[in-house]
Amino acid sequence: MTDTNVSFVRHEQIPPSPPPARESGVIKWARENLFSNWFNSILTIIALYFIIRLVWGAAPWFLNGVWDAASIRECRDILAAAGKETGACFAVLVDRWDHLLFGFKYPADAYWRPTLAFILLLFAAAPALFYMYVPRRFLLLTAAYPFIAYWLIWGGSLWVPIFVAAAIIATGFVFRIVENMSVSLRTYLAAVVGVAAGIGLAYLLFSGAQELRFIAGSIGGEGLRVIPFALFWAASIFTYIFFIPMGIFVGYTIYQSGEDGGLVTLVTALLAIFVMLAYLLGPVAAGLNFIIPLELSAVPSRDMGGYMLSLILGTVCVSLSIPLGIVLALGRQSRMPLIKGVCVVFIEFVRGVPLITLLFVANVMLAYFMPPQTNFDLILRVIIMITMFSSAYIAEVIRGGLAALPKGQYEAADSLGLNYTQATRLIILPQALKISIPGIVNVAVGLFKDTTLVSVISMFDVVGMIRGPIQQSTDWISIYWEVYGFAAVCFFIVCYGISQYSQWLERQLATDHR
Amino acid sequence: MTEAAQLQVSDEVAIIIQNMNKWYGSFHVLRDIDLTVNRGERIVICGPSGSGKSTLIRCINALEEHQAGSIEVDGTLLSSDLKNIDKIRSEVGMCFQHFNLFPHLTILENCTLAPIWVRKTPKKEAEETAMHFLAKVKIPEQADKYPGQLSGGQQQRVAIARSLCMRPRIMLFDEPTSALDPEMIKEVLDTMIELAEDGMTMLCVTHEMGFARQVANRVIFMDAGQIVEQNEPEEFFNNPKSDRTKLFLSQILGH
Ligand SMILES: Nc1ncnc2c1ncn2[C@@H]1O[C@H](COP(=O)(O)OP(=O)(O)OP(=O)(O)O)[C@@H](O)[C@H]1O
Ligand SMILES: [Mg+2]
Repeated sequence: MTDTNVSFVRHEQIPPSPPPARESGVIKWARENLFSNWFNSILTIIALYFIIRLVWGAAPWFLNGVWDAASIRECRDILAAAGKETGACFAVLVDRWDHLLFGFKYPADAYWRPTLAFILLLFAAAPALFYMYVPRRFLLLTAAYPFIAYWLIWGGSLWVPIFVAAAIIATGFVFRIVENMSVSLRTYLAAVVGVAAGIGLAYLLFSGAQELRFIAGSIGGEGLRVIPFALFWAASIFTYIFFIPMGIFVGYTIYQSGEDGGLVTLVTALLAIFVMLAYLLGPVAAGLNFIIPLELSAVPSRDMGGYMLSLILGTVCVSLSIPLGIVLALGRQSRMPLIKGVCVVFIEFVRGVPLITLLFVANVMLAYFMPPQTNFDLILRVIIMITMFSSAYIAEVIRGGLAALPKGQYEAADSLGLNYTQATRLIILPQALKISIPGIVNVAVGLFKDTTLVSVISMFDVVGMIRGPIQQSTDWISIYWEVYGFAAVCFFIVCYGISQYSQWLERQLATDHR
Repeated sequence: MTEAAQLQVSDEVAIIIQNMNKWYGSFHVLRDIDLTVNRGERIVICGPSGSGKSTLIRCINALEEHQAGSIEVDGTLLSSDLKNIDKIRSEVGMCFQHFNLFPHLTILENCTLAPIWVRKTPKKEAEETAMHFLAKVKIPEQADKYPGQLSGGQQQRVAIARSLCMRPRIMLFDEPTSALDPEMIKEVLDTMIELAEDGMTMLCVTHEMGFARQVANRVIFMDAGQIVEQNEPEEFFNNPKSDRTKLFLSQILGH
């Protein structure tokens, strides 16, 4: 054997060399994704053809767009003078910018108020939307926001929202106090509250019956009148006979529950906030305003419009219908037949009726149900209807999430001694809601777009503005693409944002590593 | 004699079940159950599938409601009164066949949740307790992971630690090892053996007969909703009295 110094292992590394051109970058991607076989290649070519045609057709319209003109005729003249066959008339957006955003009746010198409210919304929503990154104390900002925003947009005395906020906090304290009361004291309270709630309910039924008669008088043609009258008389007589027993029954039920606590606590808190809002709000706010006037010029609801109205309706209804939907979904699972029944009937009824019907009801009917002199705000009525409508859908989505949870989760929570509220809040809802995110977002996006339906009951949201004051004005008659395109962009931005946020949230919450 | 005999059993009574009956609809699941468990006892319950073993121990912490007879845990009578039920549940820990950890919480949060919300323990103290018990089941380094990232055996040990964090005086186990691969069974059984050595009162539904021999001071055999036979493990395995017990033992020890 010769003693040669042969090494079988290479000592130095081969320097890395770039992969061949057809295996990297754009070409590689295109080859893998667009031209992987002959069928895909044909599809790609056909698709490319249509895309190019579309861009070719639309580009001149965009590029020739006229941004500065006072009317659609002037716009066309400008295009004709320049010898251009086609071109958009974006001047309408410039000319009616304020109206598209705020509606045509909102006072111009107050535009800064909704704008500020919108900017504040971004800050107020952040602690709730990005709760894992923002310290909890910032949630106070979120809680205060509705009152600030209301004052900014509607104006009036600042003392009104402050008093309402104080009333809500005070109600919380009442709840706490009654909850921790000694049993004997609570039984006395239950007697008082029971009598008050019983009388209140009886009175409500009583005035309801009178309203029914009024409604019966105002609907139906001459011949058909008999049927609604008969129905409503039957209902009214029933109420007349039963309102006292009902009141006594309710009062007695509340009194009975004194020892246990739950119902008395709830009813006392509800009565407290009712008394504060119905009897104290007006005089106290007026008095405080007399001493220290903190007032912005008031803007009535019928002057709200434009995209601002869409955003108001969308934000308020989404943020109200999620909690209401959760309550309905939990109620539907309740073991108490009364609660379960109410929730089932509500959900099934509301889901079975088209939203547009509910909006007409809000517009016309709800006014009948109110005592004649009360002026029940139109936006509030619409908010109630849309919230009811979408909360029924959200409730069903969440019920799906609840049903998807294994029974073991409930049992584990029970076996650790967590009570119903704790188990629901800490174990059940976080998981059920996480499963339900795509469904909830689906409803929320749908709800936001459905707010445009209010244009049918003569409210001037962005679509209402376009259909009414803009398209019917002599200056901008028969303008379509530019304005509806603008509305579409407005809605797309928000809806796409919601969708992206929900996907991000789902990734944040992905802890199960299945 | 087995090691089990060396462990102390006190005269103090932990659980008294008297003449307890339970129905599912018209199906009579548990018939005339009488059982007294002293503090420090380690009881293994076995029996064929569907004999009502799970139902029996789930009645003890009111996961299932019984219709007749009485159950008294630590001197508290189990009735439909929610306060009593909550009190008993916080004194009695339970481990399930499928672990039932909370998948949206970390291991540490799983362990601190109940102490913080039910016992109102300060967070810091609850975390210290949790780390103590996680160290005891030998997985303190997993505290910040999520249940989905752990093996079955580790998850079951976390479930045990989670129960222990409530400082229960009694532990119930419902087939804690039957959803596990063989190599993970040992780590869970070792944890349970340690628990027994610390003097915990334990009721355990299991078919691990080695565990029964080593740890139990009493083995209970159930069939068709009744307690058919109960005895010390040596006697029970070597000298079964009823035919049904003999048949059952020959089946599970046969292979
Ligand atoms: N929720 C229920 N509704 C009706 N019957 C039930 C219910 N749960 C259990 N059962 C029945 O009660 C009987 C006892 O069930 P249990 O779960 O206690 O049996 P087990 O001894 O634990 O069986 P295994 O060894 O298979 O776990 C079974 O026949 C079962 O079919
Ligand atoms: Mg079982």
